[in-house]
Parts: sequence; structure tokens; C-alpha cells
Amino acid sequence: MSFRTETLSLDGLSLRMRRGGSGAPLLYLHGTDGLSEWPAFLDALAERYEVFAPDHPGFGGTECPEWMDDVSDLAYFYLDVMDALGFRDARVVGHSLGGWIALEAAVRNQSRIKDLTLIASAGVHVRGHAKADIFMIDPDEQARLAYADPQMAEEAAQKALADKYQDVAITDRIASARFGWNPRFHNPRLGRWLHRVNAPTLIVWGEQDRIFPPVTGPAMQALIPGSQLVVIPDCGHLPHVEKMDATLAAMGCAR
Amino acid sequence: MKVMAFHLMTYADLDLRVKDQYRSAWVVLPNSHFDPHKGHLLYQRYLDELELCCELGFDGVAVNEHHQTAYGLMPSPVVMASALSRRTRDKRIAILGNAFCLRENPLTLAEEHAMIDVITGGRLITGFVRGVGSEYFSFGTNPVHSLERHQEAHDLVVRAWTETGPFAFEGKHFNIPYVNLWPRPYQQPHPPIWCPSMGSLETIEWAAHPDRKYVYLQNYAPRESVSRYLNLYRQIAQEQYGYEAQSHRIGWGAPIYVADTDEQAIEEARPHIEALFNVFLPKVSEQMFFPPGYMSPASLKKVLQHKKANTGGGQSIESLMARGIIIVGSPQTVLRKLTEAHHELGFQEFLSMLTFGTMPAHLAEKNMRMFAAEVLPALQALTDREYRGFELPKAAAE
Repeated sequence: MSFRTETLSLDGLSLRMRRGGSGAPLLYLHGTDGLSEWPAFLDALAERYEVFAPDHPGFGGTECPEWMDDVSDLAYFYLDVMDALGFRDARVVGHSLGGWIALEAAVRNQSRIKDLTLIASAGVHVRGHAKADIFMIDPDEQARLAYADPQMAEEAAQKALADKYQDVAITDRIASARFGWNPRFHNPRLGRWLHRVNAPTLIVWGEQDRIFPPVTGPAMQALIPGSQLVVIPDCGHLPHVEKMDATLAAMGCAR
Repeated sequence: MKVMAFHLMTYADLDLRVKDQYRSAWVVLPNSHFDPHKGHLLYQRYLDELELCCELGFDGVAVNEHHQTAYGLMPSPVVMASALSRRTRDKRIAILGNAFCLRENPLTLAEEHAMIDVITGGRLITGFVRGVGSEYFSFGTNPVHSLERHQEAHDLVVRAWTETGPFAFEGKHFNIPYVNLWPRPYQQPHPPIWCPSMGSLETIEWAAHPDRKYVYLQNYAPRESVSRYLNLYRQIAQEQYGYEAQSHRIGWGAPIYVADTDEQAIEEARPHIEALFNVFLPKVSEQMFFPPGYMSPASLKKVLQHKKANTGGGQSIESLMARGIIIVGSPQTVLRKLTEAHHELGFQEFLSMLTFGTMPAHLAEKNMRMFAAEVLPALQALTDREYRGFELPKAAAE
């Protein structure tokens, strides 16, 4: 499936976006790993949907305007993006940081959102269950923790080690810190408003997620009315990469 | 030249085997390794040492701030400066520095500095620092905002020290409806401000700006970096801002150890300086010392390349000496090296660190007394007349 790169000028910044496939719109909001490594998951989704995959401002070497300080700003920005693209009933799929953005947007306005898929999502914290501190550990350690499968973990670690002084690796970490430094990857006030989410919501978690503890899944499910939780066995923090077929199946997109 | 005695107040009783057990002596080293009784004795000893240096003829004493580490036991240098304020007379007390930008409200520090300045009748020097990277883990402050918080905190504090209150401060990071400092500082318009740094173009440009003309203090650097950065201050002042930087705006800080002979000095200093650089300081965790956004991507890449080239394994005293990070030897050797450096660079402020790492009290005192007797007077006599003068680099001057 071929994607083309477009630029959307909005709110004083240029959003770089990959766009491909045909069908109803699907907005994919990436995690802290960005889109440098293109997920085959998006190619698979593009067989059924018109997929929009932007780089969050600051990721993938793009500019982040000075005024954009936190995920609240990102959430309002993506509401503007959805307005600009004229979405009526978009599927919104977010991984990690992207899931958090999706939730923050949804509690503000879900009129253009058909449903939500949250994959190992940030945003909610369960007290006493610390996430891995991805800012303290080295990128290769982080990559190793991200997979349940030892071979995939090792390959990812070697790649992270080779890439760690690349410009995009450095600026992606800066962008991740901008949005997720304190409190680490959650908003303590988000939970009290998640009852506002009435779009059908699917929560996906890897049973062996060592970055965001799997105990977060049920906690998130309890906060979002009518949401569904699918826990994928033998899977780490990247279900859409490590267990793509199971993730697609959970979304009703089995191939 | 003015010469001050600087103390890091390292936890000298640390069990050095922890090096292999934890990622770093910073942030993650459990505080069960700190024994409060030993800490009590160390604090007494360290304050005694600084008071001794005032009696021995130094121009002042200096303390600094670090958090959650055995490297330095001064999370609040204000406490140390306060303790020193009533036990010293006529000598400068320098806080080099305080990380105003790490505080939720930097005015708390501005008030404390004003108090010390008033108590001492104007003997305070204030250092503005951003804190090292690991401090952003200790405090939770977002390193992405480090530079802008640093500059905004500075603006807030200087306005609080100099403007008649009450006024409202309206910033991005700090919003304070009533700024009205009681007491305001003794020195007018405010205590001298220094910018200690381990080498950063952003800091030099900011310090040298004509609105500020703050003292730039280069700490802990290889001699070639000291030359580069101290000259860069003069160059930026001249080329970018159109004025000639005065030598008393330029300072250098380094660990110093003297003994009767070069060999004896090396032998006595070796375990203690090597412990400082290999156990207390180590940047074993690159991520902890350079958190994302703490510096620009370009600076970060430069620092990391430099680091890869310079830290292959443990540091020996010989390599630290060869690179000019520390100065060790007989009083004649040490004086010669400092005089040569002054001839070349013209700094009129020198910060001597005369005890470090695991050094026991008797060696620290011996070092301080010998340095004060045999090196200090000659250093203090150095003026701009002994400086060869500054010339713009050729390529830049054309």
C-alpha cells in the first residue's frame, strides 16, 4: 500500500502527514517511537480505511512551535486537524502517547470520532505501578523492554543502539519529554473526566508490557463506560508490531 | 587576581564499592549509604576548612548545589553560606550556584540570598545555574523548559532585587501577583552574578550580553576547553556586542593539590581525585546527565562526541593532569602552571578546589596551608599587566 506525504498548515505550524488507502477515515496517533520505523500495521489498515498518520509536532524531525507545551495543547490541535480534514466519523487509533492524545481530545469533543482504539495507552496511571522510566534508561534498554519476544527485543535494541545519536532519535526523545516528562506520561486529572467518553472504545494491552504496566488496562477500562479490553498474550508494549494480526483482529480488521 | 576556596562537600565516607552496584552515584544511589553521624562530622570538618581558608588569606569561599548524590552534600548551598556568614569576616561568600529555575517559586531563593547579603553587609556572590541534568530527575522539572525557565527565573529575581515593590511578575513559567522583597539586597543594585558552567555557548553568550556582563566561570574542563571558552567570552563581547570584556569577568575553577615534590603530590592526591572522577562524578548514565531538551540537539551531539573521545574507562590522575583538568605538583610547579595559564588567558578570578573525593582531613588541611603560603600570594599579585592580551582569532577578524 503506498502512502503519500502531505503537509497541513494549521495553527501556525506545518503538520507532516502520511496518507494512504481508501475507505472511511482512520487517524493514527503514534507513540514516543514516532513513525521513523513505518509500522506494517498501517499498511494493513489502509486496505480498509483511508489512513491519516501525522508526525506529532516535534517528532520525525518536524518543528514544534514554542507555544505547544503539553498534551492538552496537542489534543486541541488534533481537534482542529479533524475539523480541517472534515472528518465525520473517524476511527481514531492511538499507541502509547498517541492513545493519551486521543483520550484528551475525546473528553473535549468526540463529535468527529466514530470509535477509539487505545494500544498500550498513556494518560492514566495506577498508583504504585511505576512505568519504565524511558528517560533514564538507554534507548537500547528501552527497546529491549518493549518486546516480549527475545529475538525481536534484541534486534530492536541493536537498531536503537545504532540510531541513538541520529538527529531524529535525539529530537524524538526531546518531543517525548516535552509531552511526557512530568508527571511521566499521564494526566492525574484525566481519569475524573473519562466518563465523558461515549464513543465505543477498545483498549489493547500486551500481557508482558514492561514499559506501561498491564494493570493499567483494567483501570482504564473501568473509567471509560462500555469500553472493551483485549489483553494479548506473549506480547510487549507494541502489540500492533509484535502481534499485528491479533491487534487487527481485536479491531475487527482480521485479514 | 582574586582566589577563592571552593568546597564540593563530597560524602567522603562513601563505600566505593557502590560504583559497581548502581547506575550512578546520583539519583538512584539509595540514601541508606549515607550515615548521618559520619555526615555530621563531615559537615563540621568541611565548614572548618572553609573558615580556615578565610584565615589563610583567600579572597573568599564558595559552595554549590547538587541533589540526591554522594558527589556533593549541599542540596541547599544557602544553608552553608548562612553557616559561614557569621563565622567569617571581610571575605566573599559565593554560592556557585543555585538553580533558581528548578524551584516552583524562585523568589524563595531570591529572599534567602538577600538575607545573606544583608547579614554579611554585602559579601554575597550569587551564581545562576540550571543544575546538572540529573537534577531534572530529582526535581521532576521538565528539562525541555530548562533554558527558558532559567532565563525567566533570572529576570524575576533581578527585578525583585532591583525594582521597588510590590509589582506583578507575569511570565510563562512564573506568575507572581505580588513581588516585594523584604529584605532587599545590601549590595546595589544587587549582589554580583556569576555564571558557572562546564562549557556552553548559550551560557557564554547570555553571560556576556551588555545588559548583564556577568562573570563566566569555567569549571572542571580540559585546559584546551578552558582556553576556548574563556577566549570565546572575550570574542563574543567584542564581535557580537562591541565591547572589551574585562578580565575580572572571567574565571576558572579547578582541583589543586600541592606537596613538597611533584611525586609526593601525585602520590597523595591519586586515590582521592581518582575516586572523585571515577566514582562520585561518573556519567555512567548518559541519559541522566543529558536529559532530553536540556541542551540543543547540536550541543548534545557535540558533548557526546567529546565524551566518547575522552572517557575510555577509568580516569587516572596522570590523564587528568595531562589534560589540565586538575593541577597537581610542588608549589613551584602549580604556581608555574597557573601563571602560564593566566599569561595566556588573563582570568582575574580563580576558584581553587583544595579537597576532593575521599581526601582525609589532614591532607586537605596540609594542602590548604601549603597552597596559601606558597602559591596564593603570587597568584593574587597577578594583574592584567601579566596577561599577554586578547587577540581575535585570525579567521574571525578578517
